[in-house]
Amino acid sequence: MAKLSGIGGRLYRGETSIDFIGKRRIWYSFSGLLILASAITLFTQGLHLGIEFKGGSSFIVTSPNASVSSAEAVLSEAGITSQNIIQKIGNDKVRVQTEALTQVEQAAVEDKLAAKFGVSVDSIDSQIIGPSWGKEITRKALYGLFGFIFVVMLYLAMAFESKMALAAITAVIHDVFITVGIYALIGFEVTPATVIGFLTILGYSLYDTVVVFDKVRENTKGIASSGKSTYSQAANLAVNQTLVRSFNTSLIALLPVGSILFVGAGLLGAGTLKDLSLALFIGLATGTYSSVFIATPILAVLHEREPAMQALAKRVGSRGDKPVAPVFVSNQEGRGPRNQPRRNRRR
Amino acid sequence: MSANKIANTQSKALRTISILLLTILAFTGVAFVLGATSFKLGLDLQGGTSVTLQPRIEEGQTGKVTTEAIDQAIAIIRQRVNSLGVAESEVSAQGSGVNRQIVISVPGETGRRIVDLVGQTAELRFRPVLAEGAANATSTTTDTRTATLPAGVTPELNSQFAALDCTLPQNRQGGGGGSEAATIVSCDRAGISKFILAPAEVLGRQVTKASAVINTQSASGWYVVLDFNGEGTNKFGAMTSRLTTLPPPQNQAAIVLDGLVYSAPRINEAIRTGSAQITGNFTQLEAQDLANVLKYGALPLAFDRGEVQQISPTLGADQLHGGLLAGGLGLLLVVLYSMLYYRGLGIVSVGSLGVATIIALLSFLLLGEWIGFTLTLAGIAGAIVAIGITADSFIVYFERIRDEVREGRSLKSAVETGWVRARRTVIVADAVSMIAAVMLYFFAVGGVRGFAFTLGLTTVIDLIVVFFFTKPLITFLAKFSFYNQGHNLSGFSAKSLGVVQKSVVSTGEDK
Repeated sequence: MAKLSGIGGRLYRGETSIDFIGKRRIWYSFSGLLILASAITLFTQGLHLGIEFKGGSSFIVTSPNASVSSAEAVLSEAGITSQNIIQKIGNDKVRVQTEALTQVEQAAVEDKLAAKFGVSVDSIDSQIIGPSWGKEITRKALYGLFGFIFVVMLYLAMAFESKMALAAITAVIHDVFITVGIYALIGFEVTPATVIGFLTILGYSLYDTVVVFDKVRENTKGIASSGKSTYSQAANLAVNQTLVRSFNTSLIALLPVGSILFVGAGLLGAGTLKDLSLALFIGLATGTYSSVFIATPILAVLHEREPAMQALAKRVGSRGDKPVAPVFVSNQEGRGPRNQPRRNRRR
Repeated sequence: MSANKIANTQSKALRTISILLLTILAFTGVAFVLGATSFKLGLDLQGGTSVTLQPRIEEGQTGKVTTEAIDQAIAIIRQRVNSLGVAESEVSAQGSGVNRQIVISVPGETGRRIVDLVGQTAELRFRPVLAEGAANATSTTTDTRTATLPAGVTPELNSQFAALDCTLPQNRQGGGGGSEAATIVSCDRAGISKFILAPAEVLGRQVTKASAVINTQSASGWYVVLDFNGEGTNKFGAMTSRLTTLPPPQNQAAIVLDGLVYSAPRINEAIRTGSAQITGNFTQLEAQDLANVLKYGALPLAFDRGEVQQISPTLGADQLHGGLLAGGLGLLLVVLYSMLYYRGLGIVSVGSLGVATIIALLSFLLLGEWIGFTLTLAGIAGAIVAIGITADSFIVYFERIRDEVREGRSLKSAVETGWVRARRTVIVADAVSMIAAVMLYFFAVGGVRGFAFTLGLTTVIDLIVVFFFTKPLITFLAKFSFYNQGHNLSGFSAKSLGVVQKSVVSTGEDK
């Protein structure tokens, strides 16, 4: 831990620097590849939608002799053979998912399951989603997704300068694609809880980007007149300076999410907790990645196109200063290489 | 910064913390006084049945679902659910206007009975009254004096009638209303009288129009006008001309919706025109209610089972334990990490999380009491996720302070300048979180809405804690040499900050 803190200091002063912006082509191609893979699997395989979206019935039987094969026998006996998914959850539960059953069919399946596993009908946990209701839920989920992205874009456009908003939004769309791709690729089930978890993480990923961009804004203030470093260099320093913070905030956010995932997937087996936390987990990872590797390089590239910044880059370049941030060794006072005027101190 | 000013800031900081703690204490007192000592748990945590019904026009019928019809349907279903006598069962509408769904939740009970009961179509029928009596169980048919039963009443029905106690809610369940062709015993909706009713002669679908009108000319006040279609006109004509000659109570025709008598007007004359009036000393509301019942009966809604969920109390308890375990585990991990990484500052983080947890739990209790907030599994998940988001605000601030110290500021001044910068980041980030929560709340369906709610609530709590606890606490702690001299375990040691000088500059004067 102390070692990590030490790194924090070196990153802060620019002694240790990772070239996030200069190597952007590597990150871009990596993400591009992922997005391409996402698009392909999405079209060939599609998403594995939960019964909440497509309609269906789900039963959970808790019994010491719960087994997949006896549940299968019950279903074939009841004449329900299409689209069945049967899973064993934990030691004593079996979950049966079928197409949407009518009230009569449902009663028949419940009775047969109860008889087979020797439990009372009332102890069977069931969920039935009508097909039209499933469509309604799908519609609402899509509204939620697009509405959310729209409002967030609006907010960012207002809270940040336009280029930062554009970069942040690109990062968000990047996250959407990659997360959806991962779901299509691995075939995780998508439920309303997944969608909610996913939307939450879009918000969270923006949080991360906000932290990085705040520092970029601070470092690039008055940069044109100082002529010490290019926009890209200053932005890169900002990413490096906030790296420890990004790492810490992501890890701290991941800890509770991980514990929900552990309990949800490990102990409870299936349901809201697992779906929520899995989406959060995957989204958090891509969100942190994109704010560092995608959002900031895009922002820097957008700014480097400005005439003023190009002129600055030329000036900085002609001075022959090589690497990234100005090299600095802490003196007795430890003042850092900040490119902004010193604050007025209250006296 | 002069020593005086610092002392000032610090006493102010202590005051802010005390005010916050006192406020928490006061609200705890309020919760105690209100008797809000346990959380309201959602169905997924205590077990129970939840049914979402989508109202629609019955097959073979034409017409539109109207807002009034849905209101009426909700009232009918509420009557049915209340008759089950399960405490805290709820019937509510979700969505708006004609796109509303009806959500029924019955905690603790699972079984087909509930699902069957609530999903039935409520039919309206006009049935001639054969006998009427007071609501309690002892009253019998009015004709017992002559020892002859009214025509069409079997001794069996008579004893059924005698045993019926309409004052009990479970006897006013409604639900379908039996076969049209059967003679039935029935209660009125309010539980004031009971009836034996002949087979239906006119059906709700034969009503074409019903409305409440006021007569401004005479003193008769509010009354209800209803029109019948061709078939209805004939049948209503036949029924009224027969009944009007009979002695009371058999000269009445009961308006029965969903098996319950809403009104049993006396027939004054044979009405063959297909247009009738129902008069009585109606208030405006009563007249409108009756008109709505008739309108609803003209085009009763059928219900599609949108979603049916039955959770056994065992699974509910499992989920509750799972949620609590995940919360405890998450909190523990975050606390461990902050202590390991931030050392002395970790105490601030742990204390702030503790205060945030207390405020969150208190809010759940009070909101449960005030707005009927129920804690669901998704809600618990939202609160757990918020642990991370809350802790993030501290980290943003801590790292800021450390940056300022690396810049060479003394801790006391770094705490203040770092705050100014961190504050902005925290507010923007929380605003994004809040937007997410609000959007999720409005677009979320059913259970996951709880997630959005707790996420939004905890975002607000995060702001409260950071502003009124974390910041003042750090200001206060900055005066201790353990922190401002950069003790090895303080989280500000030269080593952990990666600065060269031995201790954090603290000459009392900020250069």
